Amino acid sequence: MIRVQSADFDVGLELKKLTEGNRQIGAVTSFVGLVRDIADKDTISAMVLEHYPGMTEKQLADIEHEANQRWDLNSSLIIHRYGRLEPGDNIVLVACASSHRESAFDACHFLIDWLKTKAPFWKLEETSEGGRWVEAKIKDDIARARWEK
Amino acid sequence: MNLLYFAWIRVKMGVSGEHIDPPKNIKDIKGLIDWIKQRNQISNEAFSDISNIRIAVNQEYVDIDHPVQAGDEIAFFPPVTGG
Repeated sequence: MIRVQSADFDVGLELKKLTEGNRQIGAVTSFVGLVRDIADKDTISAMVLEHYPGMTEKQLADIEHEANQRWDLNSSLIIHRYGRLEPGDNIVLVACASSHRESAFDACHFLIDWLKTKAPFWKLEETSEGGRWVEAKIKDDIARARWEK
Repeated sequence: MNLLYFAWIRVKMGVSGEHIDPPKNIKDIKGLIDWIKQRNQISNEAFSDISNIRIAVNQEYVDIDHPVQAGDEIAFFPPVTGG
């Protein structure tokens, strides 16, 4: 399931819903991305996340489908927030449920690595000097490349 | 054709999108960008370094040689930084 929203999410509640009523599930993995208060030695007061409505949902749904083709998952979830977020706030949740841990770990890692380089989101950091756009990082491309077949 | 701009490209262009009707001889993204740039100084500057611009046609990533046609939704944006 995909959700793109400005509202916060409750990780415990989301994981509970992900496994509810399915006794086949033996493993749940999750990744939660948070807003940091520092970037490149500068203090960050807030972060504004912009996205491309429509394409975001389409791209996330495509990659979730691919994860489900590649790994034996019982269920999966991607929640990504947009709008103005402050340090400590949740940005993203990726969760995968499977019978065994290997599939759940790998699929979760695949989803977040892919999402960071393909999902159309952009971050604007608010610092004392004003706003600045976060630049894409080469290491994120390298992290995604390892999942290419 | 509907153009969409995001992040710093949106800021530089001063609008989040525009409806355009380019000449019939514009067949691909490269031709479209050249046409966008020659319209005015703001567009020329926003598209001065296309190595920093990613392109989507109808919400799918494409390369610069991808064909374009009437009715397309064409988005220009920087490399993404979500997650």
